[in-house]
Amino acid sequence: MLFKHESIETNAALLIVLTLAAISIGGLVEIVPLHFIEGTVEDVKTGDGKDAVRPYTPLEQLGRDVYTREGCYLCHSQMIRPFRDEALRYGHYSLAAESQYDHPFQWGSKRTGPDLARVGGKYSSAWHVKHLTAPRSVVPESIMPNYPWLSENKLDYSDIEAKMATLKAVGVPYSLTDIEYKANVEKFGEAVAKKLDIHKAEKNLMSQAKLGNYDGNPDKLSEMDALVAYLQVLGTMVDFSAHDEAEFVKFR
Amino acid sequence: MAHSTTAGSVEQYNYDIVKKFAIMAIFWGVAGMTAGTYIASELAWPFLNFDIAQITFGRLRPLHTSGVIFGFGGNALFATSYYIVQRTCQTRLWGTGLANFTFWGWNLAVTLGGIGYLMGITQGREYAEPEWYVDLIILFVWVAYFLIYTMTLLKRNQPHIYVANWFFMSFILAVALLHIFNNLAVPVSFFGVKSYSLFSGAQDAMTQWWYGHNAVGFFLTAAFLGMMYYFVPKQAGRPVYSYRLSIIHFWALSFMYMWVGTHHLHWTAIPDWTSSLAAAFSIMLLMPSWGGMINGIMTLSGAWDKLRSDPIMMFLITSLSFYGMSTFEGPMMSLKSVNALSHYTDWTVGHVHSGALGWVAMVTFGSLYHMMPKIWNTTIYSIRLIYVHFFLATIGILLYITALWVSGIGQGLMLRAFDEYGNLAYSFIETVVFMHGPLVARAVAGMFFVTGMLVMTFNIWMTIAKRETVSDVATSAAKA
Repeated sequence: MLFKHESIETNAALLIVLTLAAISIGGLVEIVPLHFIEGTVEDVKTGDGKDAVRPYTPLEQLGRDVYTREGCYLCHSQMIRPFRDEALRYGHYSLAAESQYDHPFQWGSKRTGPDLARVGGKYSSAWHVKHLTAPRSVVPESIMPNYPWLSENKLDYSDIEAKMATLKAVGVPYSLTDIEYKANVEKFGEAVAKKLDIHKAEKNLMSQAKLGNYDGNPDKLSEMDALVAYLQVLGTMVDFSAHDEAEFVKFR
Repeated sequence: MAHSTTAGSVEQYNYDIVKKFAIMAIFWGVAGMTAGTYIASELAWPFLNFDIAQITFGRLRPLHTSGVIFGFGGNALFATSYYIVQRTCQTRLWGTGLANFTFWGWNLAVTLGGIGYLMGITQGREYAEPEWYVDLIILFVWVAYFLIYTMTLLKRNQPHIYVANWFFMSFILAVALLHIFNNLAVPVSFFGVKSYSLFSGAQDAMTQWWYGHNAVGFFLTAAFLGMMYYFVPKQAGRPVYSYRLSIIHFWALSFMYMWVGTHHLHWTAIPDWTSSLAAAFSIMLLMPSWGGMINGIMTLSGAWDKLRSDPIMMFLITSLSFYGMSTFEGPMMSLKSVNALSHYTDWTVGHVHSGALGWVAMVTFGSLYHMMPKIWNTTIYSIRLIYVHFFLATIGILLYITALWVSGIGQGLMLRAFDEYGNLAYSFIETVVFMHGPLVARAVAGMFFVTGMLVMTFNIWMTIAKRETVSDVATSAAKA
């Protein structure tokens, strides 16, 4: 017996069910496995067997929030592709592991300005402050907006513990209990684990800002401090000189 | 009642809700396109950022995209889908109060989202920037929309559900899926605006571009095809070219679109098989897309003269031509080797706009010019102004996509160029200098398009104003 399409056209419920089936399959096949297949995110270790990629410190995370707020991702990518020109311009191609603690991801889709995945350590913090405040003072042809308010605005860190607790809820290994702290010591080493302790968030934030003095003004904890701290850590966690290239190729 | 003589048609259909959505579509069209032209100008002349946080490119850009996609496109889709489902089912829209809720809820969501962006409140996900509280409003509106649509289909006075409604139903279901899964996030506090996405990194990227591309596939394509399948035959005065083709078009499009989002992530840190799969489906998608285009354009066969004499038909057929062009360009750009050059450049932006301006906006203009005089029970104020709008819009689009081909392909080629010693031939900033000319041309192109939109606003305004006099005449005639 021949199936007549008419039976779908005359039955709203059937139309809905079949349409739902048709539109569900693609997503199920492509997205769901990524949550289960081992190797979607590489396991990158340091020389002493600890995880190379760590969650952001409280100051860096607040800087990342400023990055998202200002819509930086609309002109800057954070995803280096495996091409020769990108290797020369930006460095080693990005690994999935490097953005595993990024909620949300900020890979971007457009390069009106250059990629920032490995901008950390490339310029001095003083350069970043000058560039963010008035881009054309250091790059005359730049079309980036000025961001003078970043130095003027005090950094609001009142909800840093709540933010870290929320990130913990979505899977970032910040620690609240002693057991979680010890697990972090095991995973990242003691120095890093201390920075991931939610109870010490404010203290860690202050000391990093003071030590780093990212905005060049030691008397003020500004949004600039946080943003530059974030920019300076981008792409610096994995030491590619310590890894064999073949190690990462197999994950592609 | 003064209108008692025409009460039959007034009460049979709920045109009030259609009118409200149609007017808001025009409002958001002007607002969203003006914002777009402004940010285009900021790229050409960066002093326009004026050191004001709220109007910097990064904050205004989501206002532009949300304004045109959800404001202009969304309101136009609500208006036309509510109109079409009533006309093709020959029944009144189910749930008058609920329909009003979708109107106020939807426009509240777009407004709240827009104000949020200016204040820096964003999820940082392209085309899904609204934070969790706006996402919840959208969710409630969408459930109501689904209910209204389904219930209206169920109480239809026609045995068959017309093809336009299949597309609208597919759009409603897909957008519900996409919206829910891409916006899974945990708020930092229930009294604060900030949230963090449930997924991170590679998985988050996959989810976002599954959403991002299907926002194009279902919001900006399937739904507008619903619009096309009603208004093109209506305006042409002929039945749809091929019934079989529309069946194939519908199922193939609904099934295949959901696979292709990953072509936005070629060469990134996601597993290669997903992007290969997406590229393969992107190529296959060319067939249903062109099937739909052919079905639309061929509907005009036997009435080709309308292309010369009817500016509304010109809008509709030109929109289908741009649909065909951008659904050819898209699969081509989804090839990994082409994408290596085009990705991250203005070519992508130009491609989106050949679809968004050429297809989505043009088919909407044509449909609104057809529908709005009808629901106000009058005729259009000026046919000549429709011609003016058509040419302003077409010149704008052509200039726009040409400028961004130059900018995008040019930048792509410069970035991968090497000198004779194997060093990079250009620094990044040299590509920025190169792009200045095309970016100026693009801003001018935007001004053309916005001017056309303003001409339309005036024309529609005068049409509705004229209606008052017509009904006054009718009323006085009825009294006499």
